[in-house]
Amino acid sequence: MIESGLIISFTFGYLALLFGIAWFSEKSAEKGRSLASNPYIYSLSLAVYCTAWTYYGSVGRAATNGLEFLTIYIGPSLVAPLWWIVMRKIIRISKVQRISSIADFISSRYGKNITLGGIVTIFCLLGILPYTSIQVKAIANSFATLQNSGTTVGSLASIPIYIDTAFYLSIGLAVFTVLFGTRKVEATAQHEGMVMAVAFESIFKLVAFLAVGVFVTYFIYDGFGDIFLQAELRDFDHLFVFSGENSGSEWFWLSMLSMMAILFLPRQFQMGVIENTDEKHLDKAMWLFPLYLLLINIFVIPIALGGLVHFDSGIVDADTFVLALPIAYDQGWLALLVFLGGFSAATSMIIVSTIALSNMLSNNLVMPIILSNNRLREKYQHQLGTLVLWIRRISIFSIILAAYFYYREVSGYFSLVSIGLISFVAIAQFTPAIIGGIYWKKGATPGALAGIIAGFFIWFFTLVIPTMVTAGFLPQSLMDEGLFGWSALRPYHLLGMEGMGYVSHALFFSLSVNLSLYVLLSLYATQTSKEHNQAVVFVDIFKYSTTMDSSIIWKGQAYLPDLRSLLDNFLGKEKAALALQDFTLRTGRELGVKNFADPELVIYSERVLSGIIGAASARILVGSVVKEEEISMEEVLNILRETQELKGLNMELKKKSKALKKATNELQEMNETLRLNDMHKDEFISTVTHEMKTPLTSIRAFSEILMDEDLPPEDQNRFLDIIIQETERMSRLIDQVLDLEKFDSGRQNLNLEKCDTRILILEASESMIQVFKEKDLKFDLDLQFEELYMYVDEDRIKQVILNLLSNASKFAKSKVMLKSFINSGRWTVQVWDDGKGVPEEDIGFIFDKFFQAKNQTSKKPVGSGLGLAISKKIIEYHNGEIGVSKGGDLTCFQFSIPAESSEHLNKNYISTNEQNIDRR
Amino acid sequence: MNKILIVDDEPNILLSLEFLFKKEGYKVFIARDGEEAMGIIEENIPELVILDIMMPKVDGYEVCQYLRQYHEKVKIIFISAKSKQQEIEKGLSMGADLYVTKPFSTKDLVGKVKNLLN
Repeated sequence: MIESGLIISFTFGYLALLFGIAWFSEKSAEKGRSLASNPYIYSLSLAVYCTAWTYYGSVGRAATNGLEFLTIYIGPSLVAPLWWIVMRKIIRISKVQRISSIADFISSRYGKNITLGGIVTIFCLLGILPYTSIQVKAIANSFATLQNSGTTVGSLASIPIYIDTAFYLSIGLAVFTVLFGTRKVEATAQHEGMVMAVAFESIFKLVAFLAVGVFVTYFIYDGFGDIFLQAELRDFDHLFVFSGENSGSEWFWLSMLSMMAILFLPRQFQMGVIENTDEKHLDKAMWLFPLYLLLINIFVIPIALGGLVHFDSGIVDADTFVLALPIAYDQGWLALLVFLGGFSAATSMIIVSTIALSNMLSNNLVMPIILSNNRLREKYQHQLGTLVLWIRRISIFSIILAAYFYYREVSGYFSLVSIGLISFVAIAQFTPAIIGGIYWKKGATPGALAGIIAGFFIWFFTLVIPTMVTAGFLPQSLMDEGLFGWSALRPYHLLGMEGMGYVSHALFFSLSVNLSLYVLLSLYATQTSKEHNQAVVFVDIFKYSTTMDSSIIWKGQAYLPDLRSLLDNFLGKEKAALALQDFTLRTGRELGVKNFADPELVIYSERVLSGIIGAASARILVGSVVKEEEISMEEVLNILRETQELKGLNMELKKKSKALKKATNELQEMNETLRLNDMHKDEFISTVTHEMKTPLTSIRAFSEILMDEDLPPEDQNRFLDIIIQETERMSRLIDQVLDLEKFDSGRQNLNLEKCDTRILILEASESMIQVFKEKDLKFDLDLQFEELYMYVDEDRIKQVILNLLSNASKFAKSKVMLKSFINSGRWTVQVWDDGKGVPEEDIGFIFDKFFQAKNQTSKKPVGSGLGLAISKKIIEYHNGEIGVSKGGDLTCFQFSIPAESSEHLNKNYISTNEQNIDRR
Repeated sequence: MNKILIVDDEPNILLSLEFLFKKEGYKVFIARDGEEAMGIIEENIPELVILDIMMPKVDGYEVCQYLRQYHEKVKIIFISAKSKQQEIEKGLSMGADLYVTKPFSTKDLVGKVKNLLN
């Protein structure tokens, strides 16, 4: 249907695209614009979890075992919310301790134990290599399926290597991985390009899978309902019930298994921990990643059922339904897209797993061996950095080629269907040592070592041996009768256990033994001081991550030149100098005294080296240039305690200085308030004296006139009248000033009495009627309630109303109106006038003392300028509000007082009073 | 007969000064604010102006500036309740001949007017 040449060019074209994306991202990162450092790319990169096994295998499993395939996705989704606790802690530890892989992590935790790191590395290799090889197989199979348009092909392994496309693709992948996985010698460094390429692949495989899903569901069939109906007609409904292999306990174990896998699979650790640039990205990944899993699984069942319905049983392998269906319906381009989707799923797994494994191989297996051998160490002494890189590059090629040959030579014998799950069980063996290691300080090396080794043996016995039996390497009797003929040692039925699926069975036994050994041996083991130190730092990482340097204890002597040459060796002279500079800058310490290195520098150097060659190797290297003294456990504990106390003290100090700063601020504010108060007081006094001088001037002038002149009696009387008027004016002013002062200082008392507000308003209005008549103003009175008795200071309220009416009379052109009503429990009085109104900008100040006086170079009202200020005080004392507003051409001054019970009012009045006293 | 303009927004001060200077034989004009004052000056240039500072519409300073610009020879006496040294200096620097603070002795004021006009 599609020519081989076309398929091959698309495939290599896709690979070229990956190179392009990775290259572009690396360039971009070098310019300081990191594309990969965001939560979305991070979440997508985690989707490396979905391999070709997901892509093709899920449908295969769904076609045979029904819904069970979902367990592989349920586990990670369930555990995702816990990432914030577990994963964040692992990330923090790894960043602080410069950990480069899962093997490094375990080895670091248990006193940088070399053996442990090596064993974890070997087990990872054993567990992951077959898994990698099924990716190669998936590529080869899908390629052949596409090429041969869906008919089942003969043994692919019989094709000579030199014309096997899978071989060339493997080489291509190895080149990619070397190029973008070993650019930097630091194993802890982020691989921007690789991450971006993987994120892209995650999108690509999702889109391809959704495309074929939509095609099968909506184009071949009539939606989900139709597919399920057809499946039911053909008796496939057994796939949707829990029974036998599909039982509840099976679901439980498989979900548990995938929970562990998502955290500790080397590729997940690489993407989730090593490539993480910001712990906060977990926040989004916690829901984005499960969402991704949901999306990629939506169409699994429809495709599986569609395939079962379309192809008569047995003709087409269910693992290839995804590809076979588009081919069967003659959709060439869709088939090609699906093939590339599967290719992307396989390649991302191969790339990331290989990088992770190569780091482990170089840092935890090869380097420790070279470094502990004096002859070898001396031989490579001056090119250790390059050596590490080349070990990694060779490892990558070896691993990928090994996977390829494993697929060619071994896949013929073994059933590869469950290799994914078998890998998962192998990885699950690290769980006790890791989880225990970060939450339990007593977890010790012997426990971890014994647990992992025992777990692995059981894994090997219960899962690997049976595949060898199936392949014919071992006799079938081993399965039926057990090892040495003991029926308790049958690989699928340890201790005679029946009724469990073989994966659950293996997981159950291996993990139980592993965990028991870990706990028991840890309880009885004594940790060395170094190990205890690491244990405390791991468990309490959030306490130590800021004071790391002082919490690692080390005693001994090191020659500075030795240490320096060690760093030069790995980092190159330039970077080493930078690292040393960084040290002095960050710690503020000298590199050392004379030729002896500062103890902290030794620890710092070890950490820098850890990032390159792993904790265990770094330990050996640094150990080779220093003379160490063993520290007693007591010393370790003391120093750790001191560190914590110091931190506590530091916090106390911080708190104190914060409080001091706050106090200073408060003091400053208070000072400012006082200064303002002072200024206001000055201003007030100068305004008051100014206001008094005006009547005084008139009084003096007329007095002098009266004294000197021989005046006609009518003039005498007129002038005397003026003098009396002006004197009254002065008295009024003085009264008001005193009044206001009393209100301000809180010494004013209200004379609260029950009074009829209607009468109060009427009386106040009446005394103004004469004024309105004189000024030819129309006055309207509008009382909108029948009767209202309130506890108020009658004279004071009358004073306010008079003040408002008198102000209105001064500004009104033709009419003044007084309106009173009750609105939401408040007695409201409004005084309206049709004067020119209060300018917008003055509204905020109009109730200030002498506001008008202050602005009187431009307008001078008749009055003291204190009336509104006093009115405001009076109303506030009654717990009310006063304000001014505009309604059309009219200006409205209004006040309102809560029409509440007298007790309430009294209480408020008292509290107002107290507040005023406080303010003084 | 010398013409005097008295400008103040306080009716009683205006009344007293008008009475006083009429008695002294001057021809007295009165204005209640700066605007009114400038209107009078345009019609009838006085020899001397007794000028309050704080008034509505146009204040004393503005009237003073106006006079100094267009009618240089007119004598000006500020009368104001503003009695701070810097306020007095400000008034004089604007070109007033004298600055008298309120309240003042009417006798003194009359004497000062006489001196200025001779």
